[in-house]
Amino acid sequence: MLLENEKRRSSEIPTASLADIAFLLLVFFLVTTTIDTDKGLSLALPPKGETKEVRKKNIANILINAEGQVMLNEEPIEITMIRERARQMLRENPNLIFSVKTDRKTKYQVYIKVLDQLKQANAQRISIAEPES
Amino acid sequence: MKFQAKSKVESGIPTASMPDIVFMLLIFFMVSTVFKESEGLNVVLPAAKKIEKLPGKRDVAVIWADRSGHISIDDKLVQVDDISPIIYQKAADPLHPMKVVSLRIDQDVDMGRVVDIQQQLREVGGAALNINYSARTAVD
Repeated sequence: MLLENEKRRSSEIPTASLADIAFLLLVFFLVTTTIDTDKGLSLALPPKGETKEVRKKNIANILINAEGQVMLNEEPIEITMIRERARQMLRENPNLIFSVKTDRKTKYQVYIKVLDQLKQANAQRISIAEPES
Repeated sequence: MKFQAKSKVESGIPTASMPDIVFMLLIFFMVSTVFKESEGLNVVLPAAKKIEKLPGKRDVAVIWADRSGHISIDDKLVQVDDISPIIYQKAADPLHPMKVVSLRIDQDVDMGRVVDIQQQLREVGGAALNINYSARTAVD
């Protein structure tokens, strides 16, 4: 009689708050998840000691001075014009190599802008020249 | 007249499956969350248009350079001359050989610094090193 009652008592953990806990964890992850994408301009740096002979007519010299002014083959040029000019030059000479030389005091942003323009012009061969120290 | 007070109106949308949906979302986030490995330095990246996503998040060594002249790799401040041996170590690691170096340099850093870092990277030797100048998207 008494035993029967004891057997029939069901032991249940109240699971009503399960959804609440799940929501809390979900909100935690929603708030802390950041999708971190690293993007940028890529380049391949040749190792030291590798020097290739290049004919002078296949080189386009780009000089950037400390004030951020750019000279392409001895003529001053606006940074935004580099893309079109580079495209023209590439059409004339598809083997053209762009050599970029900066001053030690040039701002990194200017260098990136120039590199960006060259990449927009689809220049495949970009060489980085050492500034005079 | 008999008006039966119809006060008991049931809303009818079955919400029994809500915890299921929540669990699915939760499991998705638990599986896709990757905790950040390093803090890095406070850097304002330069802006550029033709930026490409880095191929793969692993096997990337990140070098931070902020405008006050600090350089850090893996959250440790390093001197310029330390860069070459550190990167060489990473490239020679048999388990996770580093393939790309991501340069997160502040936009106001002088090129002299950048050139020094690049020269150090060239000294690592071996094949040509793939570097990526980290940049944010330019809004013209």
